[in-house]
Amino acid sequence: MKIGFKDVEYVAGLARLRLSDEEKEEFTTQLDDILTYMDKLNEVDTTGVEPTSHVISIKNVLRNDEVRESLPSEPSLKNAPEKERAFYKVPKIIA
Amino acid sequence: MGVNSVTARPGKEDSTGKIRDYESVIGLEVHAQMLTRAKIFCGCSAVFGGDPNTYTCPVCTGQPGSLPVLNVKAVEFAIKMALACHCKISPLSLFARKNYFYPDLPKGYQISQYEYPLAKDGYVEIPANGREKRIGIIRIHMEEDAGKLVHEGAFESAASSLVDFNRTGVPLIEVVGGPDIRTPQEAGSYLRGLRDILRYLEICDGDMEKGSFRCDANVSVRPQGQREFGTRTELKNMNSFRHVEKALEYEIKRQIALLEAGEEVVQETRLWDEEQGRTLSMRGKEEAHDYRYFPDPDLVPLEVSEAWIEKIRETLPELPAAKRERFIKQYGIPEYDAAILTASQSLANYYEECVRVSGEAKMVSNWIMGDLLRELNKDDREIEECPVPPKNLASMLKMITDGVISGKIAKTVFEEMYRSGRGPEEIVHEKGLIQLTDVDEIQGIIRGVLEGNPKLVEDYQKGKEQLFGFFVGQVMKATKGKANPKLVNELMRKSLSKG
Repeated sequence: MKIGFKDVEYVAGLARLRLSDEEKEEFTTQLDDILTYMDKLNEVDTTGVEPTSHVISIKNVLRNDEVRESLPSEPSLKNAPEKERAFYKVPKIIA
Repeated sequence: MGVNSVTARPGKEDSTGKIRDYESVIGLEVHAQMLTRAKIFCGCSAVFGGDPNTYTCPVCTGQPGSLPVLNVKAVEFAIKMALACHCKISPLSLFARKNYFYPDLPKGYQISQYEYPLAKDGYVEIPANGREKRIGIIRIHMEEDAGKLVHEGAFESAASSLVDFNRTGVPLIEVVGGPDIRTPQEAGSYLRGLRDILRYLEICDGDMEKGSFRCDANVSVRPQGQREFGTRTELKNMNSFRHVEKALEYEIKRQIALLEAGEEVVQETRLWDEEQGRTLSMRGKEEAHDYRYFPDPDLVPLEVSEAWIEKIRETLPELPAAKRERFIKQYGIPEYDAAILTASQSLANYYEECVRVSGEAKMVSNWIMGDLLRELNKDDREIEECPVPPKNLASMLKMITDGVISGKIAKTVFEEMYRSGRGPEEIVHEKGLIQLTDVDEIQGIIRGVLEGNPKLVEDYQKGKEQLFGFFVGQVMKATKGKANPKLVNELMRKSLSKG
């Protein structure tokens, strides 16, 4: 096994997901399958192949330092579960 | 790291109250907001302030389907800083996602750089005990700023936090310094040094109170002579240079006291409490960090060519350290003066312009460091807002050296120039402040003073020589300080010796 029940609980915790025991079992199997497949890829000889972080080989997509119009606060806040004046409202947090 | 096997030895306090048997090791992480017009990955304004949530868009608030595009100016600014700090610029660098949840982070991740930062391995030089000390720069990378949490009224009584995303996506550079700093004072000079460089480059306003220049400090202590580092703590929440130094002083004492008591330092983040003057553990509020960094698939690699680097290098101004040295050589002023005058480029320019017009290098320095900076500090003004243009200060100094006004009257003239913004000639003529150099006129006043004090003149001639100063003072008083003091002295001596 590449991954265990505990790992899934940990990752779910980091992602703020609440999973049932059945779901945890299910994801343990699925994630384990994925990592096992990754090991398969590791068998390929990549000597002399440049590592890449991106599937497309383009670089330096840049924008000029120009200000464009922003969204007014009203549409921005439309989907906010809670708001106060033009602020998003959240539980009390240390700044 | 994590060396907990520190054997405590009794600490001896030296005359300054420092405990000698321990050495502290300090490393600073600095975040600096770049002065671009737009944000780092979108076209929203990066300007400070604004009504809440008015400088946001789908990109910086992380709406589905939006795509970040890197601001070229943010890259150029970061390269400038990297060059000024003698760093190696990476030919290829990547952006990565730093994943964590916090209400000031709308996407659930911050775009930063991780394994492949923009630049590495540099240093800055700081003055330490009359010599220059090198503080290593481990890396400089680019990232986006988070939003701002605000509270209604006092934090304790607030029922909820409010979020303003205007700051979200403002370009930052993070400068990670090496563990080369040994005292809180060195930490202060290093920070001021970095701030000065950023201001010279005109890429950050360096305002700690406003939060455009922020610092976290890693600090540990170890017995003198031990090679391994002690367990470190990370200090946050210091919003002025003075507070960084104070927080470090407190934390070093706290760690030494722990070791002395046979206890261990716990590796943790601590908040500086400005009011109580102490650091407090964040334990319980802080979770174990696992940021799960990975390359951001929305952004393509950044390639920086040698040609691009050279083009940027050509735009670098003379930097503070070089200017400091030039001032000492070219103007023959002390290192102390040079350090103050080169703290900002505008102040240095002001100084050089005054010297160019007046030709009085040391005199200009004295007036700037004394009267000028005192007035500006009193009004909390920058040199750019100084009501006295360099040419006015220079002409006033020329009036002193040419004997037109006395040094004492110059103080009054300066105050009036500062208050009204007018030139010295106008003020001097209008107020009749021109120095009295007419020999006959001064002679007449001297005669009056001596004739009015026959008893004292007699005492003087019997050997009570300290009365000389009194006589001169009386003449200055009678002329409202306008008489040329040198001439008064000379003529007074003659009159008194004649008997």
